[in-house]
Amino acid sequence: MKINAIKLQHKKNTSTCETIDLPLPERVFVPMSQSMGRGCDPIVKKGDKVFVGQKIGDSDKIKACIAHSSVSGTVVGITEVLHPSGKVTKAVEIEPDGKQELSPDIEVPVITDKESLCRAVRESGCCGLGGAGFPTHLKLNYNEQRYKVDTLIINAAECEPYITGDHREMLESPDNIITGIRLIMDTLGIENTYIGIEDNKPDAIKIMREKAAEYDNINVCPLKASYPQGAEKVLIYNTVGRTVKQWALPSDVGVIVLNVSTVGFIGRYSKDGIPLISRRITVDGDAVATPCNVNVPLGTPLVDVLKFADTNIEASDKILLGGPMMGICAYDINMPTAKTINSILAFKKPERKKNELIGSGQTACIRCGRCIRACPMGLMPTYIEKAYDKHDTKKLEKLSVGLCMNCGSCSYVCPAKRPLAEKNQLAKALLRR
Amino acid sequence: MQKLTVSPSPHITDGASTSKIMINVMAALCPALFVSAYVFGGRALMLTGFCMLTAIVWERLCNIIMKKPNTTGDLSAAVTGMILAFNLPVTLPYWIAAIGTFVAIVVVKQLFGGLGQNFANPAAVARIVLMLSFTGSMTKWAIPFYDPDKIVTQATPIATRAETYLDLFIGRTGGSLGETSVAALLLGGIYLVIMKIITPHAPLAFIGTVYVFSWIFDQDPLYQILSGGLMLGAIFMATDYVTTPISGIGKVIFGVGCGIITCVIRFWGSYPEGVSYSLLLMNIITPYIDMAFTAKPFGAVIPEAEEDGK
Repeated sequence: MKINAIKLQHKKNTSTCETIDLPLPERVFVPMSQSMGRGCDPIVKKGDKVFVGQKIGDSDKIKACIAHSSVSGTVVGITEVLHPSGKVTKAVEIEPDGKQELSPDIEVPVITDKESLCRAVRESGCCGLGGAGFPTHLKLNYNEQRYKVDTLIINAAECEPYITGDHREMLESPDNIITGIRLIMDTLGIENTYIGIEDNKPDAIKIMREKAAEYDNINVCPLKASYPQGAEKVLIYNTVGRTVKQWALPSDVGVIVLNVSTVGFIGRYSKDGIPLISRRITVDGDAVATPCNVNVPLGTPLVDVLKFADTNIEASDKILLGGPMMGICAYDINMPTAKTINSILAFKKPERKKNELIGSGQTACIRCGRCIRACPMGLMPTYIEKAYDKHDTKKLEKLSVGLCMNCGSCSYVCPAKRPLAEKNQLAKALLRR
Repeated sequence: MQKLTVSPSPHITDGASTSKIMINVMAALCPALFVSAYVFGGRALMLTGFCMLTAIVWERLCNIIMKKPNTTGDLSAAVTGMILAFNLPVTLPYWIAAIGTFVAIVVVKQLFGGLGQNFANPAAVARIVLMLSFTGSMTKWAIPFYDPDKIVTQATPIATRAETYLDLFIGRTGGSLGETSVAALLLGGIYLVIMKIITPHAPLAFIGTVYVFSWIFDQDPLYQILSGGLMLGAIFMATDYVTTPISGIGKVIFGVGCGIITCVIRFWGSYPEGVSYSLLLMNIITPYIDMAFTAKPFGAVIPEAEEDGK
């Protein structure tokens, strides 16, 4: 069986741009909820002096992803900020002192078994850096009685246009990636690792092959550059041929999937103990004069990152957090960056041309079937749209709309410009009610 | 602060549009139109243009009367007019052609809800209606290179079986306006497949079935697939998105069904040609074919499957 996929223009303009450290912003607003899972509560107060890597948000909930200060400086206050998902979350506002003093609490973690690994990863504030941001310690802390995990899959497909963060991670710190993989394999007793890389990144495939050469159970899998190659279920099927059923987890088929930047971070953290306080962000789009990859202290307002890349903010019509297929629109340029933001794309108002941003011009469905041939999950978006419009929940369940991961391929190919992906999301919400 | 646009993902499209698809279909029909103009003279162009124009006018009038937005911009009415013209004898009076486009656009398409909602191919139904109502005019096929001042007509080659294969292939034969040149129609079909506007499932199944069926019943298979409206029907009408199945296997079943019905009518019916009837009959069962062959989602847990297990 071949999984449906579509061809996109890669537009990886920044693949040769070495990561640059962003100059310290005037203020950072470290959000207490930056990813999936529970948020945490601030444990510092106004006037406190904080150091780089100092824990400033914690929670007694196991699902929480811990927050650390990305700068050294003074806490100006506890404010509320908008999260990209639309939620309002508490944030610690810090005025950097420019010294970037490391917190004295930082120590190299001692990892001997699964429990200490999960505890260390939780303390590092790590979550999936690919975009969805599932807390990594929860992924690693699977129930050994229930799941026999024998395979680790490293997601380095990076199938969204523009984004090159994972590509740069492989070129700039391949050793950290291998260290992270070895650490996880050894502690969890995983037999094989597969690194899935799209074949539009031959230099990354080459370097990872060289680094993995000394381990015969770490394999590099070149994958066809097609969208959505990096979707979890698609990646698992295309690397090890296992099918993750609806509602099931990768661990049901003995697999853990981690993003390559996540595993690179874990590798580095195991060596220096510095928690997740910054991340690589690709800045691109037609309103950006200098597309680049920047290492951004978490909590930096978007506007600082955009200005660093010489963005014409006045002319920007749409600012995306993430890629053009699945990214979320920012509604405020002062919103702080979070762990899940892998790129910031700024676009001018679209002109009428090919590959334009979706605008109006919706027409009737002509049943051309392109959405069906595009859907990687083998769904029938046009029928889902009709069933949703009638609020026919039985039909929607039969059409397995729950499998939709909102990759957007259906809307992308639709000649009638129907909002198919949007309707799928609405249908899923309808079924949840 | 300036306002940012906020919309759900995805934020890009591949640039395809309904009108671009229709333009491609019209482009694919052009080789056959040029051959027709060469063989039958300028009236082929005039009649085709007239059908396209009246189709657009009927569509716009429907929009106005039904208080709906203007849909002529999607160009589907123009394509319907063009395909209907291809199904008419070049000598047909214009007023009969206008009735044809009225049936296609108003009765078959707009009264059922417009583009995407009609259950039958508008051009096929219009041809059938004209055939039943104006049998005389509809069966007056001009001979190739006729003198416009004294029209000489002939029976369709599918009835006479007098033409050579080469005549049929290049279109040096009598017949409806756009159906005679197999070569030109094939060229258009290949163009549409390359441009990914159509898939070859239905045409190949349709033509293949006619070939095999003719061979089984001791007819000349090559003559059967080269003559009549088979190529036009198989390439341009059995691939209409709206009225044919959506899945690959469904398209094959549609094509096979069309092929069998066409042969039955040709061999044992009282009409010499059966392509348009076969299309209409298969259009009617298309929703059932679609229901029977739905896509199997990747890793789906279908509620019914669980019930079976119990």
